[in-house]
Parts: sequence; structure tokens; C-alpha cells
Amino acid sequence: MIGAIAAGNAVVLKPSEIAPATSKLLATLIPRYLDNSVIKVVEGGIAESTQLLEHKWDKIFFTGSARVGKIIMSAAAKHLTPVTMELGGKCPTIVDSILNKKELVVTAKRIAFGKWSTNNGQACLSPDYLLVGEKFAETLIEALKRTIERFFGEDPSTSGDISRIVNQNQFLRLKKYLEDPSIAQSVVYGGKYDESKLYIQPTILLDPPLTSEIMNDEIFGPLLPVITLKRIEESIDFINSRPKPLCIYLFSNNKDLKERVASETSSGSLAVNDTIIQFALDTLPFGGVGESGFGMSHGKFSFDTFSHPKGILYRGLFPDFTLRYPPWNEFKLGFVKAFLQFDYFNLILLWLGLKK
Amino acid sequence: MTPQKVSTNITVFPSSAEIVPEPLGAALIISAWNYPFCSGKIGRIVMAAAAKHLTPVTLELGGKCPVIVDPTVDLEVTARRIIAGKWGCNNGQACISPDYIITLESFAPKLIDALKVTLEKFFGKDPFQSADLSRIVNFSHFARLTRLLDDPKVSDKVIYGGQRDEKRLIIAPTLLLDAPMDSLIMTEEIFGPLLPIITKMEEALEVVSSLPKPLAAYLFTKDKKFERQVVASISAGGMVVNDTAIHLANHHLPFGGVGESGMGAYHGKFSFETFSHKKAVLYRGFMGDLMVRYPPYTTRKQKIVRCLLTGDFLGLVYALIGWNS
Repeated sequence: MIGAIAAGNAVVLKPSEIAPATSKLLATLIPRYLDNSVIKVVEGGIAESTQLLEHKWDKIFFTGSARVGKIIMSAAAKHLTPVTMELGGKCPTIVDSILNKKELVVTAKRIAFGKWSTNNGQACLSPDYLLVGEKFAETLIEALKRTIERFFGEDPSTSGDISRIVNQNQFLRLKKYLEDPSIAQSVVYGGKYDESKLYIQPTILLDPPLTSEIMNDEIFGPLLPVITLKRIEESIDFINSRPKPLCIYLFSNNKDLKERVASETSSGSLAVNDTIIQFALDTLPFGGVGESGFGMSHGKFSFDTFSHPKGILYRGLFPDFTLRYPPWNEFKLGFVKAFLQFDYFNLILLWLGLKK
Repeated sequence: MTPQKVSTNITVFPSSAEIVPEPLGAALIISAWNYPFCSGKIGRIVMAAAAKHLTPVTLELGGKCPVIVDPTVDLEVTARRIIAGKWGCNNGQACISPDYIITLESFAPKLIDALKVTLEKFFGKDPFQSADLSRIVNFSHFARLTRLLDDPKVSDKVIYGGQRDEKRLIIAPTLLLDAPMDSLIMTEEIFGPLLPIITKMEEALEVVSSLPKPLAAYLFTKDKKFERQVVASISAGGMVVNDTAIHLANHHLPFGGVGESGMGAYHGKFSFETFSHKKAVLYRGFMGDLMVRYPPYTTRKQKIVRCLLTGDFLGLVYALIGWNS
């Protein structure tokens, strides 16, 4: 919104109806502090969104799922409205063997922070699944278990620092994963849930089947599959065989691996040795690529997203080169050719009439 | 292209960051012979098809490119440059060709005379004999342009030219004076050798703004104040002051439309960026890990974060001391 307003646009904000308390807060605070004649909040769900989309907008910025993104872009196409799409994806986290104990602790903390401290996994940037060398998997999982207990206590349902699942639909979607026998048998930690409180415990799964739904849909919840590979370099092919994600995370001290991941994979963004935090740096563009979206935001990128760069050329009426104008003849053509080829010698000869 | 380093801030300290441009993959370039008529209609079809796959699109469409001519100008050069942009560019069949002129009523006769004289100089007394005038690209466009000329609303407005030869698909450079704003020629993109001149200089900006945003807008003036006013008030893909079409040749300028004239830009580095994804990359080490980032989020931690975000260093010190004791 800041970018849109800074670029001089009027803005209508339609917050997600899936988080009604936040939507209500925005609808209350924004009119109180911002100019109501040019900045408005419209609350609502599908019906209200559909009505909004019938109008011609000069720009649409959409954050959400690919399914809804397609509906929005099709509606925008009717009015030739440019769009920016911030979609999701399965953000893979590659974890190389971290042998230093202190660094392992930091790695586990940063992964746990990205997964369970960020709306309990319900964020487009959350690490979706881990890719680990099979020899290192157990060490990493133990470190994660210890970190979860340090962060949220022995029983996270009593911790004030863990989010609930946003609504019943999403809860049931995640519960379905845990009830699928082929997925359930891969749970190595957690797995408890309480429907009355919309609570799901931070859960780690080890090698669920790659064809299962949990490895093909964006999880958007507190379930963390750990996929083991024979060699960590295989993670590059693994990621490239799947749709481009919004973020890729890599924990490693290996310079070659870092370079390979940066140049051989494609994603909205890449963070090395941390998760989520690239979001906080507004000199970096935030946006997806491929199925994770297109267009950029944050900092000046937001301003540019909501602007049209009008190119202006100023000329004087003097001098005026006549060879530009008809009637066009061989002489003029020769002159222009020499000019475009920077052939100044022949240019002068032509001009002096010493060459035809 | 080499990655571009960017600065970092305190929230990610210590780290380094860069933007790495990547290719998008397989790009489809739909090249029109030179932008078909009703490009807005085709643009919508292309974008709707792209929406099914969430493919980002750049649309280079058309529009009615206005030329505002104020009486302070050098008539001869102005006439030459308008003609070069209009009839010198595929006989008006170019997306950036001047579509119509807006000028002062009292100045119009002088401008029209200058245009007539120069047209004869460039294309001869019988333009059908000139080798420098393009034909109309095909029969359906010829029929479309004929329809614009045969519109009863403009029957008495043609003041020069108007000759056509269907067999050879040629239409002579044609000038019209004060065609009504609701005539076909003033509501559709002309894309041909017909040039309406509208004498509504006082409402020039309103006239232009009442039509969809064009791909290019042209202004001929020596009045700097007027120039600034027009540049600030007219929204168009691009603008040229004291010339037509030529901004295409400057690859430091982004070339693209806005609104109905399109979205996205290209030429020079803008083309590279249009077909790239700017991947953000942040590198961190394992040092410099702030405790306040991780749960459990005690009141003290929250206080520290609040102080950091608001720059309250004194509050920060108190909170830290309180925490340590």
C-alpha cells in the first residue's frame, strides 16, 4: 500500500476474509489515519471480490493462491489491467551437514523460527519441507526437536507463542494429511491436534511418499517433511523437477554448493543460512517467478510496480536533417547506412559529393 | 548479467545481499505485422489466455496518438516532422504514428498550408506515383479506412487528398478539418494515411484525456510553461516534444504503453528486464543471532524489539539491563 500511495495512486484494499479480525482492524484503523477520499478498505469474501473485479482498475496487486490468481488475472484481462501476482509454493530448505555444534543450534533455531514462529507455518515464505543428506537427517531432527521444546515448552498447546490454524477448513485440510496412513506412518515427532481449539502441534515427518499430497500441495501449516537424499547436491535436481517456489533456503558452509544453488535453481528469492528474513530487507525485490507469481514489491520496487515510467524525448526545432524526409533516394540511403555503421569517412565523402 | 549488490540494514545485520537476474524460461513473442487494428481486443484475448497459466505478459498495443501544435513553432520543420511520423512511417500504419492534430483555430489554416506544401514536396503532385508511400497492408484494412472516410459525419470535412485506388490498395495522404468527436475517425485508431485536425486548442488537454491513454503523445511548442503543463497532465506510453516517432530510437527510454495502450516496456536494458526475473539473494553467516527473535516471547523481549524498531536507545538500554539482572 505504501508503494501504491507513494506513487500517487488511489487505493482500495480488500483484506482477506479468512483472517476476519485483522480485516476488521484494517477497516477500522485505515479510515481513521489515512485520507478516506482516496484510500478505502472494502471487506468481504468472494461475492465482494467478484463485484470489485467487474470494475476497471488501473492496477491489481494480488496475494494469495494460484487458483484465485488465475480468476483475478482473467478478470483483469477484460480491462487490460496490469497485475502483480504474489502466490505461494512449496519453499524447500536444503540443509547441508552442519558439523559445528553452535552452528547446528543456530540452523535449527532459524528453521524452527521460519516454520513454527511464523503463523505456525501459515505464511507463503515458511519453509515447506527440508532436503537433507540421509546421514545427517537424524542429527538435524534431534536438534529441531530440542529447539521446538525450548521455544514452545513440552506441550506447545499451552504456549502463548504458537498460532492456531486460521479456520476450520484449513484445519481439516491439514488433519487430512495426518490421517492419511501413508503420511501418518512417517511422523517422527508431534502429530497431536485438537479440533476444538484449531490447534496442531509442530510436527516432523521423515520421508513421506513423494507422491503423497503433502509433498505436492503447499502445506501452509505446522507439518515439516524431511526428505533424505544420498548426496545433498541431488537437492538441486529435486527442486528443479518441481514448480518454481517463492523462496529457497539453504544452510551450508560449502561455497560451491552455495554458488550452484544460486545459479542452478530458480525461485522468487534465495536466503542462505537463514529463513524468512530476506522479507525485511527492502533493497531486495520481493516476488515470485513461474508458478509462485510475477511482479515485485517492497521498497522502491513497490513504487515502480504502481508507476508507469513515461519516456519523454525533448527536441529543438533546429537542426533538422533533411535526409530523413522523402523523397528517398540512393544518396540519402547511402548516407543513412554510413551513419548507422559509424562509417564517418564515407559519410564525409558522400556529403562532399566525392562518392555516389 | 552479473549480480547487482544491494545495501543491507540493521534488521538483517550481519549479511550481504544481491539481486541476480535470471531468465524466465521460454518466451513467446507474438509479433504483429505492425500492430493489428483493434489491438486492444487481441490484447485482451492474449492476456486472458496467459491468465490460465499465470504467465506474465507485456502488451504493446496501440491508441490514438495526439499531436498538439501551438502557434509558437517553426511551421516548416513542424510540418516536415509530422509528415515524417505519419506518412513517412508505413503511410500512417504504425502504432506510434500521429493519429490526429489539435491546434488553435486561427493557426490551423497556416499549419494546413504548410502540410499541403510539404506533402507535395515529399510525395509529388500525384502521390500514387511516389515510390516512397506505402500501400495499405491488405484489403480488409483498406475497407476499414474507406469506411472512416465514407462516414456521413465527415463527408464535408475532407480538405485535402481522399483519393483511393482499391486495385493497388493505395490511399492518398488525406487531411480532415474538425471531424466531430463522435465520428468513427475520432473514436477508432486510424492506423492509415488520414489525418484529422481538430481546432480545440483551449480544451486540448480535456480532449486527449477523454480518449483512452495513447501509446505516444506529441507536442510542438516553444512555450516552456505550456510544455511543462502538457508533460505533467497527459498520461501516455511516451512523449516527444517537437518531433514525432523518433523516441523509438533512444534505447535509454522505456518504450511501452499505459492503460489501453498496453503494459510493460522494452528497448535496450528494459527488454532485458522484461524477460528476466530479479531473484533476491540474502547471504548470512551463523553469527549475530539475536535472542529476541526466538520464542518464548517474554515481555522483556517484546520491549527490546519495540525499542529497536522505534529507535528508542535509552529504552533499549533499560530493557537490556533489566533482562541481564
